[in-house]
Amino acid sequence: MHSLNDPQLLREIIMDHYEHPRNRGLVDDDSYLKINMNSQTCIDNLDIQVKFDGDKIEDVRYDGEACAICTSSTSIMSELVKGKTKQEAQKIIDNYMNMIYEKDYDPEILEEAIAFQNTYKQANRIKCATLGWSGLVALMKESEE
Amino acid sequence: MFDVNQIRKDFPMLNGKKMQGHPLIYLDNGATTLKPQVVIESVCDYLTNYSGNAHRGDYDLSHEVDEHYEKSRDIVRQFINAKRKEEIVFTSGSTDSLNMIAYGYGLTHLKANDEILITVAEHASNTLPWFDVARLTGASVHYIDLDETGRLTLENVQKAVNENTKIIAVAEVTNVLGYQAPMKDICQFAHERGIVVVVDGAQSVPHQVTDVQETDIDFLAFSGHKMCGPTGIGVMYGKYDLLKDMKPTRLGGGSNSRYNSCGVVTLKDPPYRFEAGTPHIEGAIGLGAAMQYLMKIGMNHIHEYEQELRQYCIQKMLQLDNVEVYNPHSMGAIAFNIKGVFSQDAASLFNSYGIAIRAGQHCAKILDEFLKVSTTLRASFYFYNTKEEIDAFIEVCKKGDDFLDAFFK
Ligand SMILES: Cc1ncc(COP(=O)(O)O)c(C=O)c1O
Repeated sequence: MHSLNDPQLLREIIMDHYEHPRNRGLVDDDSYLKINMNSQTCIDNLDIQVKFDGDKIEDVRYDGEACAICTSSTSIMSELVKGKTKQEAQKIIDNYMNMIYEKDYDPEILEEAIAFQNTYKQANRIKCATLGWSGLVALMKESEE
Repeated sequence: MFDVNQIRKDFPMLNGKKMQGHPLIYLDNGATTLKPQVVIESVCDYLTNYSGNAHRGDYDLSHEVDEHYEKSRDIVRQFINAKRKEEIVFTSGSTDSLNMIAYGYGLTHLKANDEILITVAEHASNTLPWFDVARLTGASVHYIDLDETGRLTLENVQKAVNENTKIIAVAEVTNVLGYQAPMKDICQFAHERGIVVVVDGAQSVPHQVTDVQETDIDFLAFSGHKMCGPTGIGVMYGKYDLLKDMKPTRLGGGSNSRYNSCGVVTLKDPPYRFEAGTPHIEGAIGLGAAMQYLMKIGMNHIHEYEQELRQYCIQKMLQLDNVEVYNPHSMGAIAFNIKGVFSQDAASLFNSYGIAIRAGQHCAKILDEFLKVSTTLRASFYFYNTKEEIDAFIEVCKKGDDFLDAFFK
């Protein structure tokens, strides 16, 4: 597990995912659900694709123009939920949102996503750190319809 | 004598306000400006000592309100050197003014095949109303080319105009690139061809001497909050004959002189026909106070000092390898990027040092086609900024690569 108190390590996590985003790039495949997450108040603009296999999240893709915080938080999210059941993913999402909004959360389950634990100190970045995550939430909901 | 230290004492926000634990360095004056104590007091004075409606009562209090409200109108007239105060219409801001011009004048005067000329550097508020009015009338919007630096030149206006051109709508100073348009020359050329010139003065009126008679512009829009005044108040100037020939976009109380049950309405003369409903009285009064404050310092002194600040800042920025400046030679905002850093991430870094600058497209969403970068940082000064603040800003520019510091402080 990562040390929660080592800003240097947390920075490196964000930079690594910003410079080498995982699961980036959209696929041309109708079996994916797709949503555009376009922050109305800032520049971040991501398309997000998720492929569900029954209850399982089989794949997560995204692409677009976004800042370091938005790109890296989405990259980490994609790695965390890929291969998980919707229920498992929901638990991760809930903990992540709790962390962002300064409520109780379990750092263990968030793995690298704990790099965003300071987001609340820069309130204008909350949108960046949650844009991709909110896209996943919307697509999970859509898959239930 | 222009003394910035003396001036700063007039602004409560420059005396104690902190951001992220640092004294606020406010470099987002293109978005809005800070307010001096005299403006705050004038608004409080209305709210405390004579709050009543304007033009509505037959008692002393109402008369007192009228006098202050109309006095502000005359201060605005003086500030932009309009011929008569009836040419000054209070609106809610530049956006409101430009919409009133587009729908009140454009919609009633344009017909199919007419052309409206704008530029890609225009603010959304001087673009979207024209798109819509063109759609409604069958007219079309065309773009005057900017020169290679981003400037609007008379030569390019001449190239873009043809016999169908009816309206030219441009910013006197654009909000991202900050170049000054040659308004007087453009107006002269346009008027020889019967073309009406609409000027977005949101970024020019606050920073330089404005003389609508000298430039001969037909319409002018600007916002109070970008020139030390309250939010929610702005001005639409129009030549009186044009205003008489223009339709109000809102109707209601205060704008008509009589009407009957058959629907026959007689509108009041300008400016009152455009001011239906209870106006933003304390806003107008605050704007009057702001303009008096600015005139006392002198718009020429303000302009000179701001140019000195800009020069100082640009010189330092051009020495930095990691900074790209897109408009070193203009006179308004500085548009730049820190190489390799997404603008929003950079703005966060500045924020963490108490420096307010804006990131993004700055409401000029088609300018990217010209700049070839999709987003920029924008630093914009006002006469209360200092060289010391610019030094602090430059130090943060140098730290660009550490932009994630903002996140871990
Ligand atoms: C050039 C320009 N035009 C219009 C506007 C709109 O002004 P307001 O938001 O006060 O209506 C702005 C403000 O951002 C501007 O910079």
